[in-house]
Amino acid sequence: MTNESVMSGQERRDAPALPISPALWIEATGPLALLQDAGRPGSAQLGVPASGAADRSAYAAANRLVGNRAGAACIETVFGGLVVRALRAVFVAVAGPPAELVVTGADGRTRVVHPVGYSFLLDAGETVTVGVPERGLRHYLAMRGGIEAERVLGSRASDVLSGLGPVPLEAGAVLATAGEQEGWPAADHLVPAPVRSEADGPIVLDVSAGPRADWFGEPGLRSLRDTIWTVSPESNRVGVRLTGEHPIVRLPGRRDDELPSEGMVAGAVQVPPSGFPVLFLRDHPVTGGYPVIAVLTEASVDALAQLRPGEPVRMRIRL
Amino acid sequence: MGAEWGSPTSGTVPAADLELRLLPMGESALLIELTDARRVVPLYARLRAAAPAWVMELVPAAKTILVVFDARRVGRAAVGHWVVDQAARDAPAAPIADADPVTVELALRYNGPDLDEVASSTGLGVEEVIRAHTAAVWVSAFIGFAPGFAYLEPEDVLGGSGARDVPRLDVPRRAVPRTAVPAGSVALAAGYCGIYPRESPGGWQLIGSTEAVLWDPSRAHPALLAPGTRVRFVRDE
Repeated sequence: MTNESVMSGQERRDAPALPISPALWIEATGPLALLQDAGRPGSAQLGVPASGAADRSAYAAANRLVGNRAGAACIETVFGGLVVRALRAVFVAVAGPPAELVVTGADGRTRVVHPVGYSFLLDAGETVTVGVPERGLRHYLAMRGGIEAERVLGSRASDVLSGLGPVPLEAGAVLATAGEQEGWPAADHLVPAPVRSEADGPIVLDVSAGPRADWFGEPGLRSLRDTIWTVSPESNRVGVRLTGEHPIVRLPGRRDDELPSEGMVAGAVQVPPSGFPVLFLRDHPVTGGYPVIAVLTEASVDALAQLRPGEPVRMRIRL
Repeated sequence: MGAEWGSPTSGTVPAADLELRLLPMGESALLIELTDARRVVPLYARLRAAAPAWVMELVPAAKTILVVFDARRVGRAAVGHWVVDQAARDAPAAPIADADPVTVELALRYNGPDLDEVASSTGLGVEEVIRAHTAAVWVSAFIGFAPGFAYLEPEDVLGGSGARDVPRLDVPRRAVPRTAVPAGSVALAAGYCGIYPRESPGGWQLIGSTEAVLWDPSRAHPALLAPGTRVRFVRDE
């Protein structure tokens, strides 16, 4: 053996069979489990949403914890309930809102409970269950090497609007690694974010005025800012609907205006005729015909992806 | 607007002499609004041909072009200057990178269930509708609704050199949309012609059908009718 082939124990364990060997078995998906990655930007002019992980920072953190290349595919879950069994020893991490990660041995006994934000080895036969978060909505489970799936327009993201990308995961699915690992990260856990509680009041999303803010004027922006909005259950990866005590109304001169469809972005705050805003998430339609009063900051789009139905939210307008 | 948050369109760059406005669209995008809708396709073509690596998306629509940029690599002001600079050039539009070939001929059976309705609402006979539809040179102005669903406009409307004496086929949407329109259905509404890439609900008036594959993500050019593509319809008996 040459010196080059004398590798660390970890690398010797994963190296030979990586690209094709089955690694994870999905035992339960929870309400929804999708493969997601950094999405397929660059094809919106063909009618293709960028899609990709709803909470980009949590997705990137999960990949980073297991030393994956940026852009590797993870499992995105909603409201916990995901149970995966390792078919061989795999190194995994879960990022997202605080929740318990229960690791069970092949004998069915709980071996250890990790917090979200840790990376750990799952031995062959062991399962990990992603618990229901107390606050927040979406978790990202990354496996060292990334998850293999056919790419569509360069991405493994499941797009719930256009139907592009892998179908939603189902119990019984077997996942292999894609060989997209790089060097090990210097840390094996994230610094936990401060835990929010009900007493902290509504979650605040930062927005700036959008292209059609002048359809609503100062009264409309004031109404956007001063209302405590409630997240509607009719929300998904396309968009988050809000309800509130009073709708946002257009200025009198704009009541009957029709907007020709125009390009949309994740974070756009559209005001449909009802006056109750729709905040676009990653699988938004590429064009839309309702005026956009404001647009969320990138960080607030990640926060939007973690809002739960019924939760109160406010908007802060930044210049 | 009050001083509290300035003008809601405080990101607007004055470019009145170019008949365009730059409107804010968050931290990493801006919306170009053109006074003249006929300038959307040529400007889109020019921006696409000249796009630096920090351009993430260019999305043409009826009167606007959305520019999504990589905010880590370029500032909003520089993007605005780039747009204004490109718009000020008189150079003819370049061919569009993801439109291949640039003129598409589509064989079409004029067998749509709304053909008679289109004939009566335009005041033309069925044969004249077909003649008008095949005589026009259509241009894909933009894509929306579904991957590969192009909004086709007659080239003369867009200011091009297409046949000018062809009657316009400007019909309204159906009062009640269909819950399922078959893939390949060729339809008219609001001055546009569109072809359903896959079965979907739809409210446009169906005049015919084509076997062409409008959308195939495994192709080098997934959308047959990418923005800027010219289209001629050929009657398939």
